[in-house]
Amino acid sequence: MTWTWFHRLASPPHLYRTAGRLTPWFAWPAALLIIAGLIGGLWLAPPDYQQGDAYRIMYVHAPSAWLSLMVYTIMAVAGAIGLIWRMKAAHALAAAAAPIGASFTLATLVTGSLWGKPMWGTYWQWDPRLTSELLLFFLYLGYMGLRAAFEDLQRADRVSAVLAVVGVINVPIIHYSVVWWNSLHQGPSVMYLGKPTMPPSMLVPLLLMFFGFTLFFGAVLLVRLQGEVLNRERAARWVEEEVGA
Amino acid sequence: MSELSVVPSLVSPERVPRSAPGAAAVAWMMLERDLKLAFRKASQLVQPLAFFAMVTTLFPLAITPELTRLRHIASGVLWAAALLSSLLALEFLFRDDAQDGTLEQYALSGRALTGLLAAKTAAHWLLTGLPLALIAPLAAVSLGVPAHALPGILASVTLGTVTMSLLGAVGAALTLGVRRAGALLSLLTLPLAIPVLIFGAHATQLAIRGEPYGASLTLLAALAVFGMTVAPLAAAAAVRINLE
Repeated sequence: MTWTWFHRLASPPHLYRTAGRLTPWFAWPAALLIIAGLIGGLWLAPPDYQQGDAYRIMYVHAPSAWLSLMVYTIMAVAGAIGLIWRMKAAHALAAAAAPIGASFTLATLVTGSLWGKPMWGTYWQWDPRLTSELLLFFLYLGYMGLRAAFEDLQRADRVSAVLAVVGVINVPIIHYSVVWWNSLHQGPSVMYLGKPTMPPSMLVPLLLMFFGFTLFFGAVLLVRLQGEVLNRERAARWVEEEVGA
Repeated sequence: MSELSVVPSLVSPERVPRSAPGAAAVAWMMLERDLKLAFRKASQLVQPLAFFAMVTTLFPLAITPELTRLRHIASGVLWAAALLSSLLALEFLFRDDAQDGTLEQYALSGRALTGLLAAKTAAHWLLTGLPLALIAPLAAVSLGVPAHALPGILASVTLGTVTMSLLGAVGAALTLGVRRAGALLSLLTLPLAIPVLIFGAHATQLAIRGEPYGASLTLLAALAVFGMTVAPLAAAAAVRINLE
């Protein structure tokens, strides 16, 4: 297997054009999957026997939660690649991913608390998953804050990459300590989709939404990556030719 | 291009001569130096302690002066105050050395920066963490905590501040190049310190209730050991990046 395609991504114009070419391949399937998932989840799936219709917020909540974690991991991996191989494209990817990850985390928190109102009778519960999601949100804010604090882009890239790696090591420790804390402070009053198995009519739309959200993330990431590359290379001649300004 | 590459980069280390003192001796020298320097500016050492005492005073004033009720929230008050005041002390960790170029010399010395920073962090803990652990029982008594809980509080705050110093070293190293980094430093460090808060406050609570708190103490010790293993590496990487 040759790695030339990978090495060529280090060239900003090539990265810019590749990202542009790939975007529709993510965006269109994402749109189709999300529409299909929404129709399946909001209309076709039967109401839950305990939660009624309220459970349907899961179709947005669960994929957002999955992405909030995945994006942080991607950021840390990209940061590590950037640190080890001094690959600027990887840093640009991490920079482009951070605000998307923070948005998914916020979406998870908001949908979670909206779901909490009918289920728990309160918008906020110090439930382990919500709490560690909130801490994840703070980690994203810290990462973006650190990045913004440096004038020198290269330093911002590398310092925030160290933070992302430290953070990703800590995420499981934080999560399990919060789970442990919660099990001490309150009984298992919280119920997540009581049944261990979901009927296919509920599960299939959920899977569609998972894939749709992930592809949607890919499309947004590529667009943001293009913006990031343009911004970083704004003094270069190819940018002038590309954008025609 | 080829000529440029001959110029040594700013932080490329020199070779250490054979006759030089060993790593342990250097770490010891570093520790001595930092302690000496700190004691010349003793007021800086007292400030985080005064802050800790001040924050613990706020709670009885804000909530209730009844000791029976304060006892229930004592562990939370102590730990929140301890976390905040160890954040406050972080500013002193690298700032002076970064400003007068000493940190650069460390990076150039050819010694492992990891070891040097570990020694600096140890000095920082002796100067800020240990005193905090020593006055925590005093603050606890003022919150109506019974005397039998004090050894547990001393032990848990001692272990917890070790991890806080290590996490803080990473945070301070990351924000070395940032002016007025205070708020950013807290945003970076506090989420990572949550496990310390949880296990520390739990140990304290159990100690106050007179129940065995060994398990939480062990977990705090595990966090401290894990921090000792990883934090100096991350701090050294961050310092090198910020010096480049």
